[in-house]
Order: sequence, then C-alpha cells, then structure tokens
Amino acid sequence: MILVLADWLDCSAMNSTRPHSQSGITLQFRGVTKTFYDRARSVEALQPFTTDVAAGEFVCLLGPSGCGKSTLLNIVAGLELPTAGQVLAGGKPITAPGSERALLFQEAALFPWLDVQANVEFGLRQQRRSAQERADMARSLLAMVHLTGFEHSAVHQLSGGMRQRVALARALAIDPAVILMDEPFGALDAITRDRMHAELEAIWSATGKTILFVTHNVREALALGDRILTFSPRPGRVVQEVRVTLPRPRSLESHALVDMAAQILSVMRTAEANAAALPA
Amino acid sequence: MPADSQKHSPPVERSPAGSRTTWLRRAGFYLLLLLSWELLARSGLWPPWLFPGPSLVVESLISMLNKGLLLKAVAVSGQRILIGYAISLMIGVPLGLAIGRVRWIHETLGSLVVGLQALPSVCWLPLAILWMGLSERAIIFVVVMGALFSITLGVESGVKNTPPLYLKAARTLGARGLALYTQVILPAALPAVLAGLKQGWAFAWRSLMAGELLFFSLSLGNLLQTGRDLNDASQVMAVMLVIILIGVSIDQMIFAPAERQVRIRWGLYTRETD
Repeated sequence: MILVLADWLDCSAMNSTRPHSQSGITLQFRGVTKTFYDRARSVEALQPFTTDVAAGEFVCLLGPSGCGKSTLLNIVAGLELPTAGQVLAGGKPITAPGSERALLFQEAALFPWLDVQANVEFGLRQQRRSAQERADMARSLLAMVHLTGFEHSAVHQLSGGMRQRVALARALAIDPAVILMDEPFGALDAITRDRMHAELEAIWSATGKTILFVTHNVREALALGDRILTFSPRPGRVVQEVRVTLPRPRSLESHALVDMAAQILSVMRTAEANAAALPA
Repeated sequence: MPADSQKHSPPVERSPAGSRTTWLRRAGFYLLLLLSWELLARSGLWPPWLFPGPSLVVESLISMLNKGLLLKAVAVSGQRILIGYAISLMIGVPLGLAIGRVRWIHETLGSLVVGLQALPSVCWLPLAILWMGLSERAIIFVVVMGALFSITLGVESGVKNTPPLYLKAARTLGARGLALYTQVILPAALPAVLAGLKQGWAFAWRSLMAGELLFFSLSLGNLLQTGRDLNDASQVMAVMLVIILIGVSIDQMIFAPAERQVRIRWGLYTRETD
C-alpha cells in the first residue's frame, strides 16, 4: 500500500506549486432538516441533523440510497437550502455555493466540450485568473493526479478512473477548504478504486482539507474515514456514529477492518428492517 | 502508468467499410441517371424547350455564366440569405435561451413560437409586401421568418436537455450569471443547437427562393421565373441545379464538419466501449 502511495501520488508537485494551499475549516450542522413537498404529501428526507466536523477531519456519511446523505451534501455545497436549521462553514452560514467548498459526484461531470486542461481550469476561469496562471496550476494539478501528457485529451478518451482524477484536480484547482464527495468512486472497478483511495488519502494528509465523503460501501467508509456517521432511510437520520482509529493507510482486507464492517452492517440492517416495517 | 494510457491517441473517424465501392456505386448511379435523362429528352416525346436533356441544361448554364448573370444572381441571393440568417441568429439564440430557461417565457412566447413554426414562411410574403413593398426588407423579413423559429426551437431543446449535473458542477466551481450561459448551458446544448441552425438554414434557403420568384430584380429565384417567361426550361433546370449545388455545398462545408467536430468531441464516434 505504501508503495502504491509513493507510486501514485507526487505530493511534492503540489507543495512546490501551491505553497499557500488552504487547509480545512470546521463544519457545524445545527438541526439541519430537509422535507420535500410533493403536491399532496411531504417526504421527510432528513431528520434534524446536528454534528460538528473538525477542521481537517475526514467524515464518511454511510447509508443506503434514499437516506438523505446526498441531500446533506448538496446543502453543504450550497445547491439546496435546508427546510430548517443551518450549516456553518468556518463559522459562516452557508447560503450559496462558494469556492471554499468543492463537490465531486459519482460521475466525473467533466464538460465534454472542453479538453482535460480546460476542465481543470474551469473554476480558475470563473475567478478571472490570468491564462498563464491557470495553465501553470492546471499542469501541476494534473501532474499531481498523474495525468501529465493528457492535458489536451478529450474527456471521452479517458477511462472512468482517469476522469475522476481530472474531476479531483478540477475541484482542487479552486483550492477549497472542504471537499464534498458524493459516492465518487462508486462506478469504478475495485482495483482502480483502491488506487483512488490511496490517492485521496495522500492528498488529504498533504493538505489537511476537511472531507465529507458519502458512500454506501461500509468498507470504503472504514478505509477512509476518521469518523463514520451511519444513516437510515425513511426518514433519513443518523443511527450510529463510529470513530475509526485504525492506523493509516488501511487495508480493505485487514481483519480489524472486516470485523468493524460486520458490526456496522448489522446495525444498518436492523435500522433498514425497522424502516421497512413502518408504513411508507 | 495505468493500462489505459494507450487511449491517448486522438480519435480517428473511421470511414465506412468499403468506401470505394460506395463511390463507384454512386458514380454509376448518376451516370445512368444522366444517360437516361438525355435519351428520354432526345426521344422526341416532348419538345426540347419543355423537356431539355442535360446537354442543353449545361449549355444554358455556361451561357448564363458567360453573360455574368449567374454570379450576380448568386451574389444577390447570397447576400439576402446571409443578412436574413444573421438576423435570425441574433434573435433566435437569445430567444431560445430565454424560452428554455425561464418558465413564464416558455409558457407564453414558447407556445407562440411553436405555432409560428407550423406556418410556412412564404405565407408571410403577402403581408411583408403590404408592409414594406417589393423591397429587400420584405424578402429578408420572409427569410428571417423561415429561419428564426427553427433556430429558436433548436436552442430551446438543447438548453432544456442540459444535464443538471453539468449545472451543479459548474455552480460549485463558481460559475454564475452570464458565465453559466456562455460557458456551460450553450456549449452543453451545442448538438441540439447545431441541428436547429442547420434546419434554420434549410428553411431560410427555401423561403428565399420562394420569395424571389415574385421579385423583379436579378436573383436566383428571379432567374427561375424569367426562364419560365421565356419558355426556356433549360434555364430553369440550370438554375435549379445551381440552387441544389449551393445547398449541398453549404451543408458539406459548414454544417457537416461542425457536426462531425461535435460528435468527435462528445465521443460519439469512437468504438471504444469502456
């Protein structure tokens, strides 16, 4: 794993070109609630959710689909507003998207009309940086995610894993303090996913950014998170909070991790069964 | 590096299998067509001023070229369509964007545009002549009415089908206001926009020809009309050929390459299936 890390991530590229890389900020969730209204009925997507995420903490939101974890991420990204409660980022209430928070999706969501480098430059262009500055930053970020030589490739020429790495570089380009990830590796094969885990972990430890990572994969959450919040669906609520103290980097196959996964899964199953027993 | 680095080479548009046989077949077909046309014309069933063969048509074409009529006519018609099309673009693109993105505009103007699209633009000609006389403005008005709604509807459908994921990604990366339109919504809509532009061009061309039939000044449509007045079917056919030629070459030189470019960019041409 260490070898893979060294091979896959050239953090010196990042440190040399981004001396003032922004480190993480806190996230405070204060009774965040989301209810969707559909003509006749209302659906409670998220019951009041309160927690504090420390600066530089890696928190995984774990749960089956429909448990409100993506909604929560959209709220932090500023794409949706909570029905009640609020989220503070670095002490300031979130009301709109902001460059201190970057969001990554399961699909890389790269723009097909732009080449790889122009995709990475997209956020910098919104900040009206000079062409030279944009190109320099894009190149060093692409070097960091090991895509040097692909600057002018079209998006469709890249594999799924490469696309996610471009998306990561594009998000890091705006130098966010918080990275929000919505099942970013869900569509990747197991080996590529392992590499992406190592890569993400290395970037995280090099930059100290706060990461909120949504997944339905228990082992993925255990491999990456400092803390895991397990959600249950209908209505979305936290049923379990686990602090993961296993040493890093973690192997998905280690006994300790597999044992913890089994425990968390049994809690999830019980919660799911309880939810299913209720009238929908 | 991962094994996927071999995909780095640029995509190559594959010519369809056996493209040489395709060309041979096509050339043979047209040769046969011309030959039977000539034979039929010389059979004596119809007088040559009603049904001339290709040889007479080419003769007429050359004579019009020599008299300088044809180039002048092409220039006049070309200028009209360019002005009309440019105006249609300037109105149609923002209008399509507005209808596609703003609900109340969609509910009001949107329905009107769909209704007007159903009206062949030549139907505007009597009104245009009443309002503006037999003037350049009248004919350009008809051209605009032909192209405008296709362009508007193309832009609208492209904008409506912009994947919400692109918008979410762009917004979290800091794009807002006008930048969201110019850098995300319009480029994302490009395939549908192009289809609308192409259809708009075809409609503009048709409207122009129909309109010019009624005008007295020299133009392609007017050459058709004078051919009729002079009982000269070979001139009519020669002008028809020129009109086809111009239509096909605009498509081949402008729209086809643009569409191919978009398809390559969007990855619709590759055979890679990962």
